[in-house]
Amino acid sequence: MRHLLSAADLDHQSAVRLLDRAAQLSVVSDRAVKKLPTLRGRTIANLFFEDSTRTRLSFEAAAKRLSADVITFTAKGSSVSKGESLKDTALTLEAMGAEVIVVRHGASGAAYRLAHSDWISASVVNAGDGTHEHPTQALLDAYTIRAHLRDGLGDLTDLRIVIVGDVLHSRVARSNVLLLSTLGATVTLVAPPTLVPVGVSSWPCAVTYDFDEALADADAVMMLRVQAERMSAAYFPSVHEYSRSYGLTDRRARLLSEHAIVLHPGPMNRGMEISADVADSPRSVVVDQVANGVSVRMAVLYEVFGARAEISPEGISHV
Amino acid sequence: MSSSHIVIRNVRPLDAAPIDIEICDGRIRTLNTADAASGTTHNDAEVLDGEGCILLPGLVDLHTHLREPGREDAETIATGCDAAALGGFTAVHAMANTAPVADTAGVVEQVWRLGQATGRCDVFPVGAVTVGLQGERLAELESMASCAAHVRVFSDDGVCVSDAVLMRRALEYVKVFGGVIAQHAQEPRLTEGAQMNEGALSAELGLPGWPSVAEEAIIARDVLLAEHVDSRLHVCHLSTRGSVEIVRWAKQRGINVTAEVTPHHLILTEDLARSYDPIYKVNPPLRTADDVQAVREGLADGTIDIVATDHAPHPHEAKDCEWSAGAFGMLGLQTALGIVVETMMNHPGASSSRLDWQGIADRMSVIPARIGGVQAEHGRPIAVGEPANLVVVDPQRPWTVDPARLASLSRNTPYTGMTMPVSVRATMLRGHFTVVDGHLS
Repeated sequence: MRHLLSAADLDHQSAVRLLDRAAQLSVVSDRAVKKLPTLRGRTIANLFFEDSTRTRLSFEAAAKRLSADVITFTAKGSSVSKGESLKDTALTLEAMGAEVIVVRHGASGAAYRLAHSDWISASVVNAGDGTHEHPTQALLDAYTIRAHLRDGLGDLTDLRIVIVGDVLHSRVARSNVLLLSTLGATVTLVAPPTLVPVGVSSWPCAVTYDFDEALADADAVMMLRVQAERMSAAYFPSVHEYSRSYGLTDRRARLLSEHAIVLHPGPMNRGMEISADVADSPRSVVVDQVANGVSVRMAVLYEVFGARAEISPEGISHV
Repeated sequence: MSSSHIVIRNVRPLDAAPIDIEICDGRIRTLNTADAASGTTHNDAEVLDGEGCILLPGLVDLHTHLREPGREDAETIATGCDAAALGGFTAVHAMANTAPVADTAGVVEQVWRLGQATGRCDVFPVGAVTVGLQGERLAELESMASCAAHVRVFSDDGVCVSDAVLMRRALEYVKVFGGVIAQHAQEPRLTEGAQMNEGALSAELGLPGWPSVAEEAIIARDVLLAEHVDSRLHVCHLSTRGSVEIVRWAKQRGINVTAEVTPHHLILTEDLARSYDPIYKVNPPLRTADDVQAVREGLADGTIDIVATDHAPHPHEAKDCEWSAGAFGMLGLQTALGIVVETMMNHPGASSSRLDWQGIADRMSVIPARIGGVQAEHGRPIAVGEPANLVVVDPQRPWTVDPARLASLSRNTPYTGMTMPVSVRATMLRGHFTVVDGHLS
């Protein structure tokens, strides 16, 4: 795996292998000394053009647990909105020795462009590009679902997963639909028609406007964050109406089967797409998602570095 | 400058039998069948052997961005005219979205004079419809029409005249001097932040969609407005099957509407956006294969009257970036004829959408000259006494597009490495060669 740009880059075998690798590496996180020497002397650049403290810290922790050196570049979208900056910044980071660039950018396709232009030869990991994809988020979601509902083994065959909310603008939804279906799950999207893209019918999933109906046989429910700017752009009449139709309220949570889990990529709008009680309930696995994010990103960095040059198995075999 | 007495031998006008054509003092002096002319000598005349070549009236582009004044880093009138001549054009209409905007007699006269000074191609400025392309109040259309630049085409191209009342007034006002409003059909609210054609692919790529209806709704409104006020509408760069159908309906109804399609919408599809390379980013966006087929059919059956390049130079940095930061537009002048021959003559997809050389001459010279109001000098028949604005096309000499070898200051062609099936052997403006043997003269 030279780059990770889209969940579509992963076939069934490579997706399962990544999850297995993440499980193997997660053991490190339970130890007192949370460090493997695997990527000692190698350099990773975190290139964050959008604010995302969580994702950036997660990649940083993953890199450090593998003993890599981390260079971090952050800039708010508005101050570095010109395209030249993406190219120049990537050139700068590569000149500083970065072999792998983790990029978060507001433009869909920014990671693909970095990987496929002739600007740099570094490997690229997509940490979220515009309204396109966020493949490591999908991996950590799949990992979390597998851990809770499949004892951490194999794939997600026959699991019914419901994704709810602003699908139109969600890179989390796009990556999850692709990855979860690759892993054998049945995915259903629930959203108001204004927040579903034209052309969704070609996606490997079902779409419904009836949240209650979708809940009945769901094994996992993933709530998407509704961005504040959507609320004022007439995608739906009011926060209240949205919450009533598409929020995971206490009443709806009672429709879920006993074993069903609730995911959210965070940060949550409590009382909007998810009630506070549901967010804090035992079926909520939001905190697990964060922890698993580090393991999954360790696995991705391991694979990407491995594709560039042989990594010594030192520290892997005996964890 | 070449001599003003020129003979082109053995050339086939519009694919007819070979002739010798004698040009003197800017006009066609004699036409003789090659046999009858053999042995005739023309003392002092410069001779070009046109064996195997096609003679067409010089091409006329109704939609060119020359960028001067304001963006001389992307293109100048001189470099744009070089590209035009090399592409076989003898006249181009320069769009108004310059800086300052061509919305006064002063600016359009400057553009017109700079074009004349090149000696390579006639530049006819297009005037802005509204002051500063702001869509708020009409520019001084009559002043631009009556100045030396003699403007007849008005457009806010790049921006749609979306206000229905303003569009109605513009259509009415230009009737005084036989002008035409060339509308860039793009409903602004439906295309806020839009990046590519809306459909399954935009959903997959996560790029904000540009729905067909944003184009079609404006065209539908405008043909009805043109009918209502009995005026003349020209639709710029239409790109969807629905747009073709609306224009076809309007023409059947007798509405005075003409339409253009760009070469790139005849050959490229939205699938190129998969590369996230903004070299393929253009306004209107590349559409689906079905739309491409529809515009080819429309061009063949006359629903779409002409091909116009929408030649849109941009500096390297405006395309060497992520998709959403990239500028809209692509070069077109030097590749237009090749793309039209490729898509409409060599590989039309369906026999019903095939054009012959007469059909290509009509759509790239005769009709655009008429729509642009320059038919007295351009797009003329190849006949004795007519102005010698001509192009000699070699259908046996393909060439490969190398952006570094194009005459434009900019390099943003989407056709790098593609083979163009025909080349321009020579271009002649008012009896002087501007291009000979594929090189500027």
